[in-house]
Amino acid sequence: MLNLLIGLGVLLVLLVLFLLFRLGGTVAVVKGTHKKRETSANNINAFLLLFMFIVGILAAWYYNGHLAEHFLPESASEHGHWTDELFWVTTAIILVVFLVTNFVLFYFAFRYRYREGNQATFYPENNKLEIIWTVIPAIVLTLLVLAGLRTWGKIMLSDIPENALKIEVKAKQFAWEVRYPGEDNEFGPYDFRLIDATNQFGVDFTQQAALDDFVPRKIYLPKGRPVFLKIRAVDVLHSVYMPHFRLKMDAVPGMETQFLFTPTITTDEMRAKTGNPEFDYELACTEICGRGHFAMRMEIVVLEEEEFNTWYAEQTPWAESNVDYVKEAIQKRGTNQALLEKLENKKSS
Amino acid sequence: MEANTEQAVAHAHDVHHDHEHHEGNFITTYVFSQDHKMIARQFLITGLLWALIGGGLSIVFRLQLGFPEMDMSFLEPFFGKWIVDGKMDPEFYLAAVTMHGTIMVFFLLTAGLSGTFSNLLIPLQIGARDMASPFLNMLSYWAFFLSSVFMFISLFLETGPASGGWVIYPPLSALPQAMSGSGLGMTLWLIAMALFIASVLLGGINYISTVINMRTRGMSFGRMPLTIWAFFITAIIALLSFPVLFAAALLLIFDRSFGTSFFLSDIYIGGEALQHVGGSPLLFQHLFWFLGHPEVYIIILPALGLASEVIATNSRKPIFGYKAMIGSMLAIALLSFIVWAHHMFVTGMNPFLGSVFMLLTLIIAIPSAVKAFNYITTLWKGNIVFTPGMLFAIGLVSLFISGGVTGIILGNSALDIQLHDTYYVVAHFHLVMGASAFFGMMAGVYHWFPKLFGRMLDERLGYIHFWMTFIGVYLVFFPMHYLGISGFPRRYYSFTNFDAFQGYVELNEFISLAAIMAFIGQLIFGFNFFYSMFRGRLAPKNPWRSNTIEWTTERFPGHGNWKGEIPAVYRWPYDYSKPGAAEDFIPQTTPLSETPESNLPEEQEQVDREKGAPADGEAINL
Repeated sequence: MLNLLIGLGVLLVLLVLFLLFRLGGTVAVVKGTHKKRETSANNINAFLLLFMFIVGILAAWYYNGHLAEHFLPESASEHGHWTDELFWVTTAIILVVFLVTNFVLFYFAFRYRYREGNQATFYPENNKLEIIWTVIPAIVLTLLVLAGLRTWGKIMLSDIPENALKIEVKAKQFAWEVRYPGEDNEFGPYDFRLIDATNQFGVDFTQQAALDDFVPRKIYLPKGRPVFLKIRAVDVLHSVYMPHFRLKMDAVPGMETQFLFTPTITTDEMRAKTGNPEFDYELACTEICGRGHFAMRMEIVVLEEEEFNTWYAEQTPWAESNVDYVKEAIQKRGTNQALLEKLENKKSS
Repeated sequence: MEANTEQAVAHAHDVHHDHEHHEGNFITTYVFSQDHKMIARQFLITGLLWALIGGGLSIVFRLQLGFPEMDMSFLEPFFGKWIVDGKMDPEFYLAAVTMHGTIMVFFLLTAGLSGTFSNLLIPLQIGARDMASPFLNMLSYWAFFLSSVFMFISLFLETGPASGGWVIYPPLSALPQAMSGSGLGMTLWLIAMALFIASVLLGGINYISTVINMRTRGMSFGRMPLTIWAFFITAIIALLSFPVLFAAALLLIFDRSFGTSFFLSDIYIGGEALQHVGGSPLLFQHLFWFLGHPEVYIIILPALGLASEVIATNSRKPIFGYKAMIGSMLAIALLSFIVWAHHMFVTGMNPFLGSVFMLLTLIIAIPSAVKAFNYITTLWKGNIVFTPGMLFAIGLVSLFISGGVTGIILGNSALDIQLHDTYYVVAHFHLVMGASAFFGMMAGVYHWFPKLFGRMLDERLGYIHFWMTFIGVYLVFFPMHYLGISGFPRRYYSFTNFDAFQGYVELNEFISLAAIMAFIGQLIFGFNFFYSMFRGRLAPKNPWRSNTIEWTTERFPGHGNWKGEIPAVYRWPYDYSKPGAAEDFIPQTTPLSETPESNLPEEQEQVDREKGAPADGEAINL
């Protein structure tokens, strides 16, 4: 019943609007305004273009402070400072261009609105002007390109330092997992055909290097030491995105990708900086990957180097907490008695 | 000699049409029409219906983003099982986002915009009876129609339409195990796109050959309106880039259905390792964006072309820098083919390529900036009449600038690391090519409605439509920059899972409300459009006092466009407010020899030629 009444009400309003519309049309024809070129509508529209622009800019100015409160905190990685700086410098430049060009556009629209008896100036071209406004953007853009190339090169094309911590981040629908190379600082090789419900990484345990790899539930990073991320996916595309570290790189099935960065602020320090005792660094997915795309979260913890080293040494290798699985895997793929014994010894010690 | 033959052919054509003019039954006039004007109307109306669906879907997912707590049971009659206990299914959310993108990019802004106005204006503005091949032209529409049918059916599948984003990156789009939309929905998407590409190519070869071969006497390339230049260049870009998408789609079909591994490798999904090895998902991305980036210009160039015409006419001034405009369009067309990988800076592509594509990408900003400056200078010292079409054209320039400047940031690969796939990108491309192309299209609809339907659109409703849309678009997309700077990823069903994305709850509500307002504005336009088509005020012959030759046709031009002979052209289309002239416009059909009072010194040579050498007597008779 209520719905019916609402429906009728809406219908009535639409009917009234329609009648007003018809009436207005008739009045216009009677007055003959539709044949005139200089109408009040022309002046109103001209005025509104400029007025709305000014109101819009003032509103953006007014709310800017409030909105900027939610910006990400200071970058927690070294390269993030470079890109943030470049971002804000470029933003300042484009803001000026945005404001000036839009203002001129709307001002001209207002200033040169139609007036009976006025004549527009026949001004078809001016090559000097064209050259000026080709060359100036070209110079500005060249400077920006050079700055961008330098920054990009520093981030993406630098060599991996000896002391870099290697971590493997692996994505699947819809979770992240992270693997550390363990004592030997070397990952056990993997093959997607070896993946099963237990061995999510598809690690080949017949290889020595695999036995000390460990798989914590969060990503732990040392402050001040370069971290080399090896990134892969097992099903569809994902993307490693650590907003606080200004870091993003796709995870591609069948192709390992990588990212080298250096964390500069520990979780505790960031908690103090943001005044939020609950603050945590996060890893998110930014390549559409299906139903759970929006929920692929993993926590990241940045520790002081010593704390990190202690934590690293305390970790139990995955193979040790899954001895039976590893044994079976080794036996299935041909015997490697030496490895088996080593595993047994390690467990008992 | 060659010119004479052409004339003879054109003449034979005239005779042919004089005889056939009024024949034709309902089917050949309204359905399987070969008249370019009817085909234009068909493209326009199909495109607008798609816009309603595509826009409606955006409102649906904006409801989810703005009001995640909302009880959506009222949507159940439309979406059935996609609404579970009053909550939107996350896969349906992705399907809505995907179909919104696909529909808007291809069905509205490629077919609906370029299809409509290339068809309408190429023959009318260059002075031709019809397209070079009216039959292929008809096929072009019907291929598009068939494509629409497939895409439309996919909306009603139980497993949903394609849902992997409009870019349909495999493996997600290749594996039905990965999401339900990658099943039959994706198959239909691929079939629909294959047909769509056929439609674009059929249209494109027609546009190109018509522009090259069928211009009327005097219509040299240097006298063509910028609209035609834009359609011409667009058709060339489309012809070169769409086949690459076709290849990508074909290979994807093979991967999906015939077990090949072009794009698939090392996949473990649904508890089993698949047999695919050796393929590369990046290969698909390269192929896709080799079309995908030119596609952006396929969309925006016709809009800019329409805006050039509308702005010059209503400023009562020549377009500023006609040659610079053509030059920048050519530069954009060329560069559009070598910037595609800026969509792929962080996909794992070799970072050295990132450097190269950043450089090329930022170069393309220069011709774009030149165009914007030329539009602004065209307004300077004009005598501007604010028709709704003019308002939309000015809106286009504003949106094109506002969205364009952020391209300088996103095109910088170092900055793209953080901003890639965030709302910053969403804000950027919606402003620079989504909204501004839509504004160009609306400028075109308001401006050429008299030529499309012989009637005028209601101006007052047009003003309301413009202001609701213009304000709405800025209120929707300007705040999205803030979301993007704060790192909000796009295509997220909800932001509640992350501490980092907790801010801006109110801002998201605000954006959704603005989107709803803008959408209501479009309904007003829809009413105006269909009402005026039948009941609008009858259009005067040349309502905007325009120079181009489509306004020399009858109010309801028949098949063949001009009764009797096609008018010849004596000047460029931008002689507005020429000093000394009696009126503030001189149509292209007016010979210079008839306007001694306004001729410029350098035009004397042509006057002599017109007077002295009446090689074709017809020219004088006009």
